[in-house]
Amino acid sequence: MREYAYYPGCSVKGTARAYEESLLAVLGALDVRLNELDDWNCCGATAYMSIDENEAIGLAARNLALAGRTGQDLVTPCNACWLVLNKAKKRMREDPPTWNRVTRALQSIGLTDGHQVAVRHPLDVLVNDVTVETLQEKVTERLEGLKVAPYYGCQIVRPYALFDAQDDPQTMDRILEATGAEVVDFYPFKTRCCGGSQTGTLPEVGYDLIHALLKAANDRGADVIATICPLCQFNLEVSQQRIAKKYAIRPIPVVYFTQILGVALGLSPRALGLHRALVPAEAVLTRRAAHVG
Amino acid sequence: MTPATLQPAIRTEAERDPAFATWIREVPGAENIAECIHCGQCSGSCPLSTYMDRSPRQLMHLAKEGFKDDVLSSLSIWLCTSCYECTVKCPHGIGVTEVMYALKRRAIEEEKYPKGFTIPLLAREFHDMVVNYGRVSEARLITGLLLKTSWRRLFRRAGQGWAFFRTGRVSTKRESIRGRRELKQLVEAMRSNGKGAAA
Repeated sequence: MREYAYYPGCSVKGTARAYEESLLAVLGALDVRLNELDDWNCCGATAYMSIDENEAIGLAARNLALAGRTGQDLVTPCNACWLVLNKAKKRMREDPPTWNRVTRALQSIGLTDGHQVAVRHPLDVLVNDVTVETLQEKVTERLEGLKVAPYYGCQIVRPYALFDAQDDPQTMDRILEATGAEVVDFYPFKTRCCGGSQTGTLPEVGYDLIHALLKAANDRGADVIATICPLCQFNLEVSQQRIAKKYAIRPIPVVYFTQILGVALGLSPRALGLHRALVPAEAVLTRRAAHVG
Repeated sequence: MTPATLQPAIRTEAERDPAFATWIREVPGAENIAECIHCGQCSGSCPLSTYMDRSPRQLMHLAKEGFKDDVLSSLSIWLCTSCYECTVKCPHGIGVTEVMYALKRRAIEEEKYPKGFTIPLLAREFHDMVVNYGRVSEARLITGLLLKTSWRRLFRRAGQGWAFFRTGRVSTKRESIRGRRELKQLVEAMRSNGKGAAA
């Protein structure tokens, strides 16, 4: 049994519930336990950085301090949370005035600096700790013939590429290949911007960016788009109906990579949160499943 | 055309604010901004530059030379989604995204953005919700923002809201943490212009 501290972030408790459901189910099946940090706070994402960067580092520092007490690596499934936590760590390490200020601020609320904690994404844990070979062994339903477009989004490889290639990341490709699915070549779209929060604030701009991604996936014959970030999934799935008014586009399911892996591991669609999809995904994923062994 | 709408295409020395140029060089990540060679990698890689009134390359140039008003009044800074394409492409290691963040902060601080413009409002609402409760309640954040900006959009989004409700992806519950008092204390100690800043 492997154990990690777990930082869910706000989205997987709401619009991205299916991500947490499928992540916990998949890791459970692989004998990995995530222990949710007690009383974690919001990472601040990109919006908070636009108001006060030092405060944003303070928010991250509290979560790192809570994780530091567990002695375990910290796993977070959200690209934005992952980046903010790693960015705060880097700043604390490289900028002594920031470090001094953070340690004092933490002290005043009875916490000790935790910037040594490793902050990791589930892709990193699955490829480097669990290993792709183990995934191949544990797959009971091969998803032969399912064409998947792997979409990584931006902040998991930029500005830092800590566990994967910056330009053409491969970790999700390898995990999806282990399920028997056919991974379509989604370069260079795999790391293009999903529009971030602009889909809400400047929809006419956000929708253009999303359309480019959906069209690229459709043009490459993908049956489904696999995502690793709550905001990417939200943007690509939820905007489809609105985009249809401007662009003719075939609806395409957008799921979390853990939902595809979960189907291949023989987990039930409900346990993987597939019933929460707005563009139906369950039939697309399960009709290809062929039982092995 | 009335004379009031005439805008010079060329900027002059008189319009520079040297203090602004010094300030931008001190932004963490912008230390190398003076070494910008105007190669345009930032503009070329930016997925939003096509919508911008000034490209990232132009913004970097104007910022490093101290043309504060041009930079802060540009809508371009609000289009940045922090995807970091520019940052990883810059051959001189300029954290273009960090500069963009710094410009947003400065513009919000000096209230230099179109009134009612959603992006800075979202940042402020998000910030206040986190400071007060420690977590973001997505539905409350979006509803609150739409109430402040556009009633019509709130109604148009009602159908979408229902779809989320039906699939259990939205909650009206207020998300919050137990350590709200400690978090507030921490945030105040970290605040850039607060007591902690001088130390």
